Amino acid sequence: MTEVTLIDYGAGNLRSLRAAFERIGAPVRVTGDPADVAAAKRLVLPGVGAAGPAMRALRERGLDTAIRGSRAPLLGVCLGMQLLFERSDEGGIECLGLLPGSVRPIDWARRVPHMGWNDVIGDGEPAVCYFAHSYAVACDDDVVAGRTPIDGTDVPTVVRSGRLEGVQFHPEKSAGDGRRMLERWLAA
Amino acid sequence: MLRRRVIPCLDVRGGRLVKGINFESLRDCGDPVDAAQRYAEAGADEIVWLNISAGDERWPELLAAVERAAERVDVPLCVGGGITGPEQARELLLAGADKISVNTAALDRPELVSELAGRFGTQCVVVAIDAARSNGSWKAYASAGHRPTGRDAIAWARDAAERGAGELLVTSIDSDGTRAGYDVGLVAAVCGAVTVPVIASGGAGGPSDLAAALEAGASAALAASIFHDGIHSIAEVKREVAACGLPVRI
Repeated sequence: MTEVTLIDYGAGNLRSLRAAFERIGAPVRVTGDPADVAAAKRLVLPGVGAAGPAMRALRERGLDTAIRGSRAPLLGVCLGMQLLFERSDEGGIECLGLLPGSVRPIDWARRVPHMGWNDVIGDGEPAVCYFAHSYAVACDDDVVAGRTPIDGTDVPTVVRSGRLEGVQFHPEKSAGDGRRMLERWLAA
Repeated sequence: MLRRRVIPCLDVRGGRLVKGINFESLRDCGDPVDAAQRYAEAGADEIVWLNISAGDERWPELLAAVERAAERVDVPLCVGGGITGPEQARELLLAGADKISVNTAALDRPELVSELAGRFGTQCVVVAIDAARSNGSWKAYASAGHRPTGRDAIAWARDAAERGAGELLVTSIDSDGTRAGYDVGLVAAVCGAVTVPVIASGGAGGPSDLAAALEAGASAALAASIFHDGIHSIAEVKREVAACGLPVRI
């Protein structure tokens, strides 16, 4: 199976995500070296915390350029999905700009953060996955592959365009449905 | 639709799962990672570990257990108990905890909540509040419920949420250990005061108690002994919650 390269930009713990891939038989390399990222066959961009510090950390290490220059399939997870878009209202920052759209606060929901298990409805099997976020993507329909209802508003929670895919939920913390999502991405 | 969560809470001392007997002696009940994995497989939506180590000599063992849990448990893990500053929070999060919960340290120095939220993100900062009834309101207690702070628990809940807590874990000291049901009034009062998710804790005796706490507005209900003693299963609780018309993950 193709090696999965997990991009380490100091954003925190990568152990759960690494283990989730290893449990389904994928070898994982964790690296913060832009040369490794440029040469990788399959990339995963993780992310927890705030968008501003995450983008800063990617730029300081030259990882933003390596990610933009790569032709490999890339999966952005949670904040890692949000960073694929043009900009984020969280800190008012420019993101990677690989997908058209922006990141907005979830300001309509009764309770924020959107925390817990919710539906992912789209072009795959219906799934129930674990979320923990206060911002959500706003983008054109043509990159949306799955949505999640948050207090009456459907937000994009799976996006896909060419080599890029992003998921707003945490597949590594979403039990069987998360595992199946990762298996599908590895097979695609 | 966002599901209501059912959360088993495990007491962990160093790297071991323990159960208290008459508040004094502790019985070793095995590996907390095994227990967390069993609960995850049984349908737990999240796991809470409460670190009850006295002092910090067993901290490395706790971190090692969190690391093993991150490798094996595929639902979120929240770890609380004994966190006094950002450095311990960082160590737990790096080890693989998805959220950390602070209680006494935040009461003693509320700025800690905003420091943690700023550094690690609101979504991984849980503020645990131990509250007891007092003349028609609730007061917040520190040091595992032993030290009165005089602070109004509802006002503290609001303050903690404004400072950046992404979730509140609210335990009724009056109900805890009684198995006579949650303090539903406390749950409703906190849920009405804040817009972050609230986890109800303390007093679960059976599935209908968890359902009642969730009906009162809690996003999640936490229980310990009813699960550990094998009295009720996660699935049984979820069936009851679903029967009340609330969404759960089956």
